[in-house]
Amino acid sequence: MASPVTLITGTRKGIGKFLAEHYVRLGHRVVGCSRGEIDWTLDGYAHYVADVADEKAVKQLFADVRRKYDRLDHLINNAGVASMNHSLLTPLSSVHHVLNTNVVGTFLFSRESAKLMQNHRYGRIVNFTTMAVPLKLEGEAMYVASKAAVLSLTHVLARELVELGITVNAVGPGPVDTDLIRGVPKDKIDHLVSRQAIRRIGTFEDIANVVDFFLRPESNFITGQCLFLGGV
Amino acid sequence: MNPMSDAVARSTMQRDLVSLIVNVLRGLDGRPGTTLPAELNADTPLFGRDGFLDSLGLVTLVVGVEQAIEDTFDARVGLADERAMSQTRSPYRTIGSLAEYAGRVIDEELGNG
Repeated sequence: MASPVTLITGTRKGIGKFLAEHYVRLGHRVVGCSRGEIDWTLDGYAHYVADVADEKAVKQLFADVRRKYDRLDHLINNAGVASMNHSLLTPLSSVHHVLNTNVVGTFLFSRESAKLMQNHRYGRIVNFTTMAVPLKLEGEAMYVASKAAVLSLTHVLARELVELGITVNAVGPGPVDTDLIRGVPKDKIDHLVSRQAIRRIGTFEDIANVVDFFLRPESNFITGQCLFLGGV
Repeated sequence: MNPMSDAVARSTMQRDLVSLIVNVLRGLDGRPGTTLPAELNADTPLFGRDGFLDSLGLVTLVVGVEQAIEDTFDARVGLADERAMSQTRSPYRTIGSLAEYAGRVIDEELGNG
């Protein structure tokens, strides 16, 4: 395969930025996006400013990708936001924000990616869910509900896109040291980690390892699967 | 634009879109879900009772037409439609109905609607 084209959402910082650097290092042509401008550059990386739930902006991004690369091999739906709050204290604006970024964004990028991928009858889509879904974690109802929706999307899209040569899988990390959990009290993180078989905080490398596996051309018999990290 | 030239423009657009769709279909011939009939014109049924496309063929056609419209009209349109499965109102019934629907979507996108 010629140098693959890999699109990653939410690359401004954290896991998204790490994955962008990781796949550039592996020789991919990497395209990323975030709501705001980034304060870093990298050869082999092209950035777009786009809200993942803004259909017009997303379609413009994909039109550019098609014009510049005429193909897309991988989509990593990393962009996500959390809302760590008791349901009775969660404003509706947070509900919309979480659903838009996590569910609508994942759907929109998957739909538009599949259109490009089907031209070559090849593609890999990797979604991000969370161990909080199987753990039915209290205190973040909308975040968990949105990531449960991402898991369902993964299962159904896998079946809908199989005839187009596209696999759809998901990775479900536990706590990883990112902004997403920065506001969560330490005892809660410790409690979460204690519910994993392997009791430690996850790393960016742990996630990249799973994404690498799903992206491999040899993983063409693996679709609709979710791999929860840490042994949840 | 006066009403007469408006009507002419629309009819030209409709004709152009029918040939755009026919070209996309010819490019898809032989791909899964797309075995083409001998004749392709505005009245050719695409999808549904008398259509020759299965759901995979329809998906491939719609994506191909969206990309061709992007290349031809520099308009980023989505031709997804909730009425896809309706026998009476689906924009994917015939090549002509798809062209008409695409024309409306392009007009909206380019601000001519």
